[in-house]
Amino acid sequence: MAEVKDSQPLEIQKREYQKMVQEVQPRPTVGRNVFWAFVVGGLICVLGQLLLNFFQGRGLPLTEAGAATSTVLVFLAALLTGLGVYDEIAKFAGAGSIVPITGFANSMVAPAMEYRGEGLVLGVGARLFTVAGPVLVFGIVTAWLVALLYYFFR
Amino acid sequence: MMFLKAFIVGGLLCVIAQLLMDLTGHKVTPAHVLVGFVTAGAILSALGLYQPLVNWAGAGATVPLSGFGHLLAQGAIGEVQEKGLLGAFSGGVAATAAGITAAVVFGYLAALAFRPKG
Repeated sequence: MAEVKDSQPLEIQKREYQKMVQEVQPRPTVGRNVFWAFVVGGLICVLGQLLLNFFQGRGLPLTEAGAATSTVLVFLAALLTGLGVYDEIAKFAGAGSIVPITGFANSMVAPAMEYRGEGLVLGVGARLFTVAGPVLVFGIVTAWLVALLYYFFR
Repeated sequence: MMFLKAFIVGGLLCVIAQLLMDLTGHKVTPAHVLVGFVTAGAILSALGLYQPLVNWAGAGATVPLSGFGHLLAQGAIGEVQEKGLLGAFSGGVAATAAGITAAVVFGYLAALAFRPKG
């Protein structure tokens, strides 16, 4: 075998090698990832809509109903992260479990749990903001900036 | 009908994020996705482009983190209208206070109550 291969021009060997690599490599999973991100992300938003309708039905104005919805979603995500369920969902849901506010809550709880051994202050307290910190920095600065622009240029 | 719209818009926002991660060989991390969405939400909101999406899709637009950015921007702009320049400093966080407090409190309690698996 080896002798035959060696006698072939290098180009052909290269092409055959690439073909073999392609056959062995796992199929591109982008399609599947996108599908599950859509389904899970969509379903979390449907749950949000259910909660929103429920709180509005109880007589809360839209703004407060929205705040109550976020609060419940964040609570559920923190609980499911603690139980290890959220990360199981995240394995196949990808961005579907990252982009909703539940993903924000998950990004706080997961590292805080992980680094609890480093203490309540530098472990839990600091790690809660591993991702939430940057989110708040960029979110608050952007909101401040657009409000400033609005003030001067309205 | 509102549920279907929420499903579609919420799902599509997640698809955008999934493509951003997958098509860049995961150089875009979940942290980048969350920061990008909150920033984009605040900017689109200021341009008047996000509120129509909220009106159409409800929770499909408010539950994703771009909705958090929208809330921050509208809060800050709203208080500028009422109180002037100081509102830019107070309005954003005020509008999102419930979500932020819930995340900190429940996050802290969950981290105390549970042990990571494995």
